[in-house]
Amino acid sequence: MSRFNDDNLRLAKEIIGRYPKARSATIPLLHLAQQQEGHLSDEAMAHVAELVGATPAEVLGTASFYEMFKFEPVGRYLINICGTMSCALGGSDELLAHAEKVLGVKVGGTTADGLFTLERAECQAACTEAPNMQVNYRHCHRMTNELFDRLVDDLRSGRRDGDIPAHGTLARVRQQIPAERAVGPAALDDRGAPAWLPAKEVGG
Amino acid sequence: MSSYRWAAGYIDDGDRPKIVTSRFHLEDSYTLERYLATGGYQALRHALARTPAEVHDEVRGATVLGRGGAGFPAGTKWGLMPADKYPRYLVVNGDESEPGTYKDRLLMELDPHQLIEGSLIAAYAVGLAQVFLYIRGEMPLAHERVATALNEAYVAGYVGKNILGTDFSVDIVLHWGAGAYVVGEETALIESLEGKRGEPRLKPPYFPAAIGLYGQPTIVNNVETLSNLPWIMANGAAEYVRIGTETSPGTRMVAVSGHVERPGVFEIVNGTTTFRDLIYGDDFCRGIRNGNQLKAFVPGGGSAPWFTAEQLDLPFEGKLVGAAGSMLGSGAIMVMDHTTDIPAAALTLTRFYAHESCGQCTPCREGGTWLERVLQRVVDGRGTSADLAQMKEIGTSICPGEFPHASSSRHGLDATPFPYKMTTICFVGPSAYAPVHSALTLFPEEFAARVRDRVQIPVTAVQ
Amino acid sequence: MSDTVKPTETTPQVASDPDAVSITVNGVEHAARKGQLLIDALADAGEYVPRFCYHERLSPVGKCRMCLVECDTGRGPAITVSCMVPVAPGMKVDTQGETTKRMQEGVLELFLANHPLDCPVCDKGGECPLQDQAVSHGPGESRYLEEKRHFEKPIAVSDLVYLDRERCILCDRCTRFADEVGSDALIHFAGRGNNTYITTFPDQPFASYFSGNTVQICPVGALTARPYRFKARPWDLRQQESTCTTCAVGCRIAVQSSHDEVLRHLGVDSDPVNHGWLCDRGRFNYEQLHSADRVLQPLVRAGDDLLPATWSEALAEAATALGAAKAAGGAGSIAVLGGARGTNEDAYAWARLAHEVIGTPNVYAQMGDGLPADLLVLERATIDEAAAASTVVLIGPDLKEELPVLYLRLREAAVKGRTRLLEFTPKLSGLSTVAWRSIAYEPGTLTAAIDTALADDQIAAQLASGPVVVVAGRANLAESSTATVQAVRTVLAKVPGSTVLPAFRRGNVIGALQVGMRPTEGGLDTRGVLQAAADGGIECLVLLGADPVADFPDADLARRALAGARRVIAVDTFLTASSAQADVVLAACAFAEKAGTTTNIEGRVSPVARQVTPAGSTRPDWMIAVELAEALGGDLGYDDVGQITADIAENVDGYTRVTPEALSAAADGVVAYAPTGIGPVALLAGEAPARSSYDFRLIVSRTLYDQAEGTAHSPSLAHLTTATTVHVNPLDLGRIGTTDGATVKLTSSKASVVCTITGDESVLRGTAWMPFRHPGVDPRELIDCFAHTTDLRIENP
Repeated sequence: MSRFNDDNLRLAKEIIGRYPKARSATIPLLHLAQQQEGHLSDEAMAHVAELVGATPAEVLGTASFYEMFKFEPVGRYLINICGTMSCALGGSDELLAHAEKVLGVKVGGTTADGLFTLERAECQAACTEAPNMQVNYRHCHRMTNELFDRLVDDLRSGRRDGDIPAHGTLARVRQQIPAERAVGPAALDDRGAPAWLPAKEVGG
Repeated sequence: MSSYRWAAGYIDDGDRPKIVTSRFHLEDSYTLERYLATGGYQALRHALARTPAEVHDEVRGATVLGRGGAGFPAGTKWGLMPADKYPRYLVVNGDESEPGTYKDRLLMELDPHQLIEGSLIAAYAVGLAQVFLYIRGEMPLAHERVATALNEAYVAGYVGKNILGTDFSVDIVLHWGAGAYVVGEETALIESLEGKRGEPRLKPPYFPAAIGLYGQPTIVNNVETLSNLPWIMANGAAEYVRIGTETSPGTRMVAVSGHVERPGVFEIVNGTTTFRDLIYGDDFCRGIRNGNQLKAFVPGGGSAPWFTAEQLDLPFEGKLVGAAGSMLGSGAIMVMDHTTDIPAAALTLTRFYAHESCGQCTPCREGGTWLERVLQRVVDGRGTSADLAQMKEIGTSICPGEFPHASSSRHGLDATPFPYKMTTICFVGPSAYAPVHSALTLFPEEFAARVRDRVQIPVTAVQ
Repeated sequence: MSDTVKPTETTPQVASDPDAVSITVNGVEHAARKGQLLIDALADAGEYVPRFCYHERLSPVGKCRMCLVECDTGRGPAITVSCMVPVAPGMKVDTQGETTKRMQEGVLELFLANHPLDCPVCDKGGECPLQDQAVSHGPGESRYLEEKRHFEKPIAVSDLVYLDRERCILCDRCTRFADEVGSDALIHFAGRGNNTYITTFPDQPFASYFSGNTVQICPVGALTARPYRFKARPWDLRQQESTCTTCAVGCRIAVQSSHDEVLRHLGVDSDPVNHGWLCDRGRFNYEQLHSADRVLQPLVRAGDDLLPATWSEALAEAATALGAAKAAGGAGSIAVLGGARGTNEDAYAWARLAHEVIGTPNVYAQMGDGLPADLLVLERATIDEAAAASTVVLIGPDLKEELPVLYLRLREAAVKGRTRLLEFTPKLSGLSTVAWRSIAYEPGTLTAAIDTALADDQIAAQLASGPVVVVAGRANLAESSTATVQAVRTVLAKVPGSTVLPAFRRGNVIGALQVGMRPTEGGLDTRGVLQAAADGGIECLVLLGADPVADFPDADLARRALAGARRVIAVDTFLTASSAQADVVLAACAFAEKAGTTTNIEGRVSPVARQVTPAGSTRPDWMIAVELAEALGGDLGYDDVGQITADIAENVDGYTRVTPEALSAAADGVVAYAPTGIGPVALLAGEAPARSSYDFRLIVSRTLYDQAEGTAHSPSLAHLTTATTVHVNPLDLGRIGTTDGATVKLTSSKASVVCTITGDESVLRGTAWMPFRHPGVDPRELIDCFAHTTDLRIENP
């Protein structure tokens, strides 16, 4: 519903400034837009397009390629239950069935109170900790039905607010490059070998 | 069950050399303070005291095989860049998402400075003017730890302008993905980093070392690969190659998951540890859960053709595993016990690759989904014997000729060695077929029974 | 196949090639060209490899996987994407082996898996690469039992193009065209994997001037053109190659008809000209042929009415008018304006009629909206030379709006880094974003801007770095053409050796001027004729497809001229603002109803085909000239159009090579030499005055979708035009004390009009832009064609 607010616009421009080509900032900026709104609106994508010098259709093309971008509002907590081999071998089908029952929604659905959206996900790089799931991409290892119930309870009561921010906020720490330490993007028209490479060694 | 709560899954039992996991047991392993206290950034100082060419030679001498899946030596890869084309870039591949693979996330969460130092060594050695550290989107903790580490390292003068007072200056830009497995493929990673859809480029002509990010020479190295470099610079290539075998020196990280008693992530000696050691060894997984029988295992991530007990004594070594009909890939073993329903297990992987197809090339886009649907029908107990034949036909359209598989004395089969031929742009299409082919080849009786009895069985017995 | 229409090749191939690379194709040696893609080399060797994503004019992407072959480069047979790999010496290719066949069958079966079986109702059926290649290279049957993909369909991605996503095979041709060629990446892939689809962004349609090309290159029926949908089956279509005369680029086209009705234009891939591309205006304006508004028979005035007449009545009436005019004021009181719409033959016959039979020197093919004809004698550049030059100096209109396919050619040259564009423009143009330097100037200061630019070291170095082509045209109809002529002279004087590509816009204006539709000694140009007519000095004004009332930049003068001319004879296809005032209207054939030749901006002469029977009793212009000459007691000596073509070759300076034989032998036409000694140049005396800081300097220029007769009478295009508003820089809105969308009063030395105002960042501060010939307010009311520039006061009404 909106373009970047002033703070995020400043941040967006700072991020763009790190790349030799602005379009490289597309995905980080889409994450930023999702952090602002919880999902990606057409206006936000059009604003990103404007900032990175692409057409809105190109930005939509990029955004829709990636699973993490949502084009409709989702719950405050996005629950992704892994169903790939190791987790399936570890009982993820049962966990998913339990989650559907507890939340009262099918996969893809959002609870009426707008708190939870349930998704079946693919491998989350925690294969030894099956079955694994994520809440807003925070890993939850070796889940059982009991652990799931407790987690949902904690989320409902706000007891996990400290470590699990609302959907859209990915990392709470951002990279900050101090101006006096920054080298700046390695521009494409800078055709020379970097300073530290002795001329005779050009050739790698 | 995991050994350390801050390092879920990581197990360091036994007396094994540790190259990349040496700080994993420390609760504050990811801080600059701890890193410096344990020898951190000394390797960078060593490197900067030498010429870039000497550093490159050292890495080349260590023969660090790429840990992303292809296993190509890093030092050799660096040498493939055209001599006079600048700027050159380094893209750190932290988009770990191959089914079964769990190591790069740990390396980023638990020892981000080691990765930063490794990246700096690479940039220094071959003149890479900017580093992009691409972290998978669904890893916010890794993102936070690496961001914090970079922020510390910038302030402390290890990254950025005139590093440690030298004329070596390089920015490391933290970049994050947004959920697409195929982006782990190096050319797709570059496309994604350019802000586009993560569709792999064609090789030839788009070999990143020649035509990479923004069309410039680009090195794409895996997180684990780069994490080896500080140790190599600190201890020397000679020390490194003393560990492991001649063709596979050093250590590597392996995740063993599935139906084992103690699933875990291990740093193992490269090339000598056998699958039997890993699955049954006391220092490793301690056998199949509940004393069950081993039915099959995937030796190298979800893309790899399957092995059975017949291959247990093979060492974790690329060439031997290739000859035996599979591959090591990204260091991921998934174990199935005798309660596993093989068609359903295969489906969990085929579904993955069909879902993760980028969609640009026809055989993968259409073939992957078709395979998934036919297999789903078979698993649901609605399949016919024609469906079984059809899956092989679709597979042949994706991979013409013989598809690799392990030997099976039960079925009188000799191994067909790796690799396969493919009609697709990248390996995602063949990967959708690999589990189907393995399952059909090594367990034809399960499919025959399924189309005969027409029943649905859960993928595995609940523990 | 429709997507690869090639010009008819009649010249023999040159045999020896120093860049030959020897490859083996199915066991037979073949000489390929160095750098050639394997897929093309195989086609040359007679082995057509099936393909979907590959298109010769787009960069290869190797996505569809249909062109896979087995190729051995010395390391054993390997699966090779033949559209991505250049030939290498010693390559051994197998296009017929078991593996290749199995791959082709497999990929085709996968293509068809989700493709609907609606060929009987699909426009593409019968000319569909998927259908054809499924028959020639497919497995013969599908084993796909699953439910096919479903999408809402069809979706209008623009006013002219519909998308059926179920038929789409995701070959990336339309999207690559939009991105690489057309510069409008407004359609793109979205989704992933099996759910990938082509889309536009919400509320941002594929409003490209070139969208029709995507329909032509779509290898399935996923993209269809609204004007053609369900109109014909390919096997019912007859076709001939022809040349589009909508503008002066001269794109080669195939005109296709069924039941004597033109139903489609397709671009023909002419290497020196259009590369197969067309603009949508040229592609779809054939609709005007069948307009209910066509003049189908001669008309003769009876009081306020124009009443149908027979040809003999109308010709007699016209001859009487001319005779009376000559008797009253001598031949010099007769003027013939126009001829740019027709063929060279039309123009030549009329030029002879005017000069020889009538004896008047007052003949001109331009409507005061071009440049003096003497620019045509300058050393001429071809389009290819411009697209290969180190530097192209652009002095003229927005080529995207006026000569769209020339825009595509130059854009490609710039984007691929071959050519640097040095643009001088009064308003940001379609090429500004890809120009190496885009220098915006205020009307009246062009020469000064050029002087300043040429004094810049970087620019001077660039201009000295290699061939320079000046693309010169009229950027602003509210500014005298004198400014452009001076600018071109300045560049030519300072950059010796540079050549000129004249960016004249009207269809065959260059041909008409060259073959004789220009004043002879003492004759008047169009402005002179109109001034004379307004002053009562023209006894008979002949309008040969000319519409000064609507086209001449100074509306007031044109109006007074038509009122002042004693007699008016019009030769026209429609009753225009001018021809509706005529005493006699002679009904003319339109494009595709008559044969002949046309000359494009580079002087390339190529054939125009007669594909359908002329509407009603209409006749070609040349035939009308012959008959009128006869009625006046003269004899031009022509029975058919071929005699005129031969006559032109014999008699017209520069056309000696353009014989009927040469034309029929050359697929891409024959380039006429730049002629010498064309007409005097009438430059305005003095200099442009400085602009008062309270005023806005006016720019008036064309857009592609204006209300030209052909566009206005093509229903699919007519509604694409927009109502006239005056555009100023957004920062100037406040200065005026108005807001975007408000109404303002514009006052020039000529008139005052009330108009809506639009803030537009492409307009320089202190200037105002208005489109030419759009509906609503007419900016020509503000223009004085005897002034250097037009200044406006803009205020609240």
